[in-house]
Amino acid sequence: MDIAFVIEKFVLVAIIFGISLLIAMYSTYAERKVAAFLQDRLGPDRAGPFGILQPLADGVKMFMKEEIIPSNASKWLFMVGPGLAMLTACIGTAVIPWGSDITIGDRVIPLQVTDINVGILYIFGVVSLGVYGVMIGGWASNNKYSLLSAIRAASQNISYEIAMGLSIIALLLVTGTMSLKEIVEQQHGWHWNVLYQPLGFLIFMICAFAETNRAPFDLPECETELIGGYHTEYSSMKLGFYLFAEYINMFVSSAVMATLYFGGYNYPGMDWVLLHTGPIIGPLIGTFVFFIKIFAFIFFFMWVRWTIPRFRYDQLMHLGWKGLIPLAIANIIITGIVIAIIEKF
Amino acid sequence: MEPLTSKKKVLEQKPLTFAERMYLPAIAKGLSVTISHLFKKEATIRYPEVEREFSTNFRGMHSLKRDEEGRERCTACGLCALSCPAEAITMIAAERKPEEKELYREEKYAAVYEINMLRCIFCGLCEEACPKEAIYLDGPIVPADYLRKDFIYGKDKLVEQPLNK
Repeated sequence: MDIAFVIEKFVLVAIIFGISLLIAMYSTYAERKVAAFLQDRLGPDRAGPFGILQPLADGVKMFMKEEIIPSNASKWLFMVGPGLAMLTACIGTAVIPWGSDITIGDRVIPLQVTDINVGILYIFGVVSLGVYGVMIGGWASNNKYSLLSAIRAASQNISYEIAMGLSIIALLLVTGTMSLKEIVEQQHGWHWNVLYQPLGFLIFMICAFAETNRAPFDLPECETELIGGYHTEYSSMKLGFYLFAEYINMFVSSAVMATLYFGGYNYPGMDWVLLHTGPIIGPLIGTFVFFIKIFAFIFFFMWVRWTIPRFRYDQLMHLGWKGLIPLAIANIIITGIVIAIIEKF
Repeated sequence: MEPLTSKKKVLEQKPLTFAERMYLPAIAKGLSVTISHLFKKEATIRYPEVEREFSTNFRGMHSLKRDEEGRERCTACGLCALSCPAEAITMIAAERKPEEKELYREEKYAAVYEINMLRCIFCGLCEEACPKEAIYLDGPIVPADYLRKDFIYGKDKLVEQPLNK
């Protein structure tokens, strides 16, 4: 392993970490702006031009708030909770291919931190770890509302992970690989997986909403029933970490959806563009397209939040177990039959 | 309980059809409604940079008027304070000295005239009660402030600017 490789990966990790934090920061701003525009309002516009410094102001506010740890809380776990939520939200970005390889001289730099051959499983592992941050925080608070919220989050995530995994199996039947890099390469140009797996995409997206605890599945933090949910007892930057983790999760799941179903950095006419812009600018244009797709998904997350009311808990379970799981299984069977027929003839 | 009217409407709850149970058509409809609001004009007014247009009979901050020669009209009769339902107005009367003839119209004038803007309900009864047409609620909205004492407006804030200045 040469030094250049280490430096290259280190720089890439730093850039991706910085970008995901920046996007999470401005997602809070975008959320408020989108909410405002969808409700015929203006949104924050006082801090800087168009309120562009609002996330900074919010961050400063969070840091300045008093740090409160409830006296009956399990102190150590109480502090671990938000950190774990943040950590699991961030490490998901490691396997996502952000662009095709950049060639500088004779050195090929992949725009992906690591291309492990079970990339999808890694994403699943990280996503299911994400609920531990919520659970530990909710349990350690020693508050009945936090505990109820943690239980809700856990059961919701487990229920929807099944349907999510089943919808991915159908995708794997089509792609034949678990490496995210290879899945993206297969979708070259226009051959996006959403065209072959529309139902699978729909199920995956609904589950992604549930996994990130976003509306209409934001039962773990539903104010009318549970005050603040699992972060009721949290204050200062610990609360900030929880809120931040939610937005990073949103960013990561948008990236995963764009990678798996919407072709990642592929776009129609990319060969022509690559030929005419060279080996450095060309891949970066692909990355830019990828980010546009991610932002579109993030916007969709917000758009749905301000449209659909929250599910009732039994409806949530009903949809997950009786709706999505049978649908996902049917999707696997149909996909399998179709592939078998195509291979036969 | 007895029904209060003879009107009666029986609500029929049909079981959901398959399309309705799918939720998706309804969700798409809802999404189209919200996205249409993205392109509508926002109702927000950027106060204080932009102010809403008020009707001509809007009652805002009080002003104590001067007559056409620039003399204060108020004669400190106390009718405004008497008519005030919120008891927001207080005044101390004083007698005009001969050399102050250019300043005050009548022989008696208000040496101190204070309105507590936190008490005032902007009903306009002081305006109606005034026999000298000295007080009108024709100003802007009373601005926000930090301390209660700063809401007690004296003559420095209430009296109209002299005509020739």
